[in-house]
Amino acid sequence: MMRGFCVVTLLMAVPASAADTPDMRGAPFAMQGGEAVYRGVCQGCHMADAKGASGAGTYPALAGNPKLAEPGYVLSMVMNGHRGMPPFGGQFSNGQAADVVNFVRSHFGNHYKGKVTEADAQALR
Amino acid sequence: MTAPSRRSLFQMIGVVAGSAAMYHAMTELGYAEGSSFEGPIKLSRPPAGSSVLILGAGVAGMVAAMELRDAGYQVRLLEYNARPGGRNWSLYGGDTYTELGGATQQVRFDPGQYLNPGPWRLPFHHRGILHYARRLNVAMEPFIQVNYNAYVHSGSAYGGKPQRYRQIQADFHGHVAELLAKSAKQNALDQAVTKEDREILMQALQGWGALDQNYEYKKGFASSMRRGFDVDPGGGIKSVTLPSEPSALSDLLRSGLWSGIAAGHNYELQSTIFQPRGGMGMIGKAMGAELGPLIEYNCKVTDIRQDGQGVTVSYVDSRNGGGRRTAQAQWCICTIPTPILAQIPMNVGPRMKAAIDQLPYLAALKVGLQFKRRFWEEDEQIYGGITYTSLPSTTISYPMWDYYAKGKGVLLGAYTFGRPAYLAASKSPEERIQDAMRDGAKIHPQYPAEYENGVAVAWHRVPWAMGCQGAWTDESREQHYNNLCALDGRIVLANEHASRLAGWQEGSVTSALDAVTRLHARVVQP
Ligand SMILES: Cc1cc2nc3c(=O)[nH]c(=O)nc-3n(C[C@H](O)[C@H](O)[C@H](O)COP(=O)(O)OP(=O)(O)OC[C@H]3O[C@@H](n4cnc5c(N)ncnc54)[C@H](O)[C@@H]3O)c2cc1C
Repeated sequence: MMRGFCVVTLLMAVPASAADTPDMRGAPFAMQGGEAVYRGVCQGCHMADAKGASGAGTYPALAGNPKLAEPGYVLSMVMNGHRGMPPFGGQFSNGQAADVVNFVRSHFGNHYKGKVTEADAQALR
Repeated sequence: MTAPSRRSLFQMIGVVAGSAAMYHAMTELGYAEGSSFEGPIKLSRPPAGSSVLILGAGVAGMVAAMELRDAGYQVRLLEYNARPGGRNWSLYGGDTYTELGGATQQVRFDPGQYLNPGPWRLPFHHRGILHYARRLNVAMEPFIQVNYNAYVHSGSAYGGKPQRYRQIQADFHGHVAELLAKSAKQNALDQAVTKEDREILMQALQGWGALDQNYEYKKGFASSMRRGFDVDPGGGIKSVTLPSEPSALSDLLRSGLWSGIAAGHNYELQSTIFQPRGGMGMIGKAMGAELGPLIEYNCKVTDIRQDGQGVTVSYVDSRNGGGRRTAQAQWCICTIPTPILAQIPMNVGPRMKAAIDQLPYLAALKVGLQFKRRFWEEDEQIYGGITYTSLPSTTISYPMWDYYAKGKGVLLGAYTFGRPAYLAASKSPEERIQDAMRDGAKIHPQYPAEYENGVAVAWHRVPWAMGCQGAWTDESREQHYNNLCALDGRIVLANEHASRLAGWQEGSVTSALDAVTRLHARVVQP
């Protein structure tokens, strides 16, 4: 048998709650760089302009949000989640998590100082 | 037949038969638990004037309302939407759906067509939700989970050509049976199987795996009676029958497609499964009609406050905003999804608060596609059921009603969770439909020519749910589940997220009945 051969399995072998999927994770996120991570995942809730959205509840704006001043807070939200925000620690690499935190803190009109590193992300695992 | 490595054999048996790790994953998601429904509840009469305010008119809120009303409580429901049902919801032609971010989709399905963006199937043992459906005369029809003539598909196997479920299952069973029979014959199983049992095992494997008289799985009548023929038997003088060639074991193993034949073996997806005729939303509609004026629509709850006397809830007109109004009652059952509830000021204890704050909802995507004709039936003889693919769209399902109808049909073109669903939520509805079209065309080349219109629902964008279901883990359940469910003063939560049947309406029903029962006990306690 070939060495290192990787079998592509279908996601849905075993139902998990209402889903048919065994672990419901899917293939790892491939995108690299803060902007790509934001466009691929985060804007699903925080929206393309990072202004958030409101219905019965609210996805907070990241643009002009003073809570973003504290880099550790943002990183911890990304890694661990809180109040509706899912934890992405299990989904992002340390690099993806750090990059996207640095991206949102320096875009959308935000000019917050300081950066988080992969090591900071690792420390939250 | 070449011998597969032990590792890959175990891997495939693990996936198909369910390993301990998978069982673990399943229980973590609340799936392996059965329903706790024990038949209709009977509450004693509460003191005159007892009142309960119910927040949210989904299945949980409405079940709670029916039972409390029937017992003699004064009941009032506040609901954000302009309709009853919550996640129990179907989209029909003429409907308009605006997601968070503002994208609005006009559903253009023909009459009789629909998409269930959320729940779509009801296992026979979900007796609670089926009880209420029956009580309200909601007609049921079978939901087809396993269709032997649907496909399992992987972009990287069999040249990307979809394989019939029937063939993959027959070949998998056949090869495994042959391997086991061989081992038994070589006495390799002597530790596990006695001499007498070995004969029985051989006989069983022959029948189960469609092996020939030499205990081999190979091209011939026996295997084709499982996997189908190249040319089927027929009538008349010229009839010939051509058996089909089974897949080689190694091809089968490397295809990964064996992982697509297990879903229907699982307790939640075993026959018989039901769907309400005309769409899952029929249940919510019927419950809403039953409760009539007790439900106030377009009410967005913004604040929940309790004191020694009762509960006061503030709300605004969810469509037009405007001034705050308040509603009061002695007790409150709150069914608002936790991602939303976490943001609503509510004076409950720190334990319930922590439990709410730590429970986000999962991502999920469904895409409905209307086609000009039912080509899956006409060209491919697929009547209902599900095709599974390794492509991001994951699931394609064929309408399980109006078989052989000459007109159009709506396919479920994508149903996916996890990362593919996150990626989809970041895209526009049009892009999600394009993605489903691109994936689906690899399985059904008829797609581009027959496509008419579609609708795509990414659950993190649903304004009144902000996700598809509570994202519990083993650890978080251990730490927070009881705190989430416990009565806190005059407030108790109910919802699928307050059940061990996460992501099932049965969880909503049993959670509501449990909340009502505990609340009632508190009300009538001496
Ligand atoms: C993609 C998907 C597939 C599923 N598949 C199945 C399946 O096949 N079978 C099955 O049985 N179940 C399935 N489920 C699960 C099922 O949909 C849920 O378990 C059930 O519908 C939840 O009902 P509920 O009453 O607990 O919550 P909800 O239906 O969410 O009810 C909560 C209500 O609160 C309202 N609300 C929210 N915020 C406010 C506010 N601020 N003020 C006032 N009201 C508010 C909402 O509008 C809603 O009506 C699926 C779910 C999804 C998303």
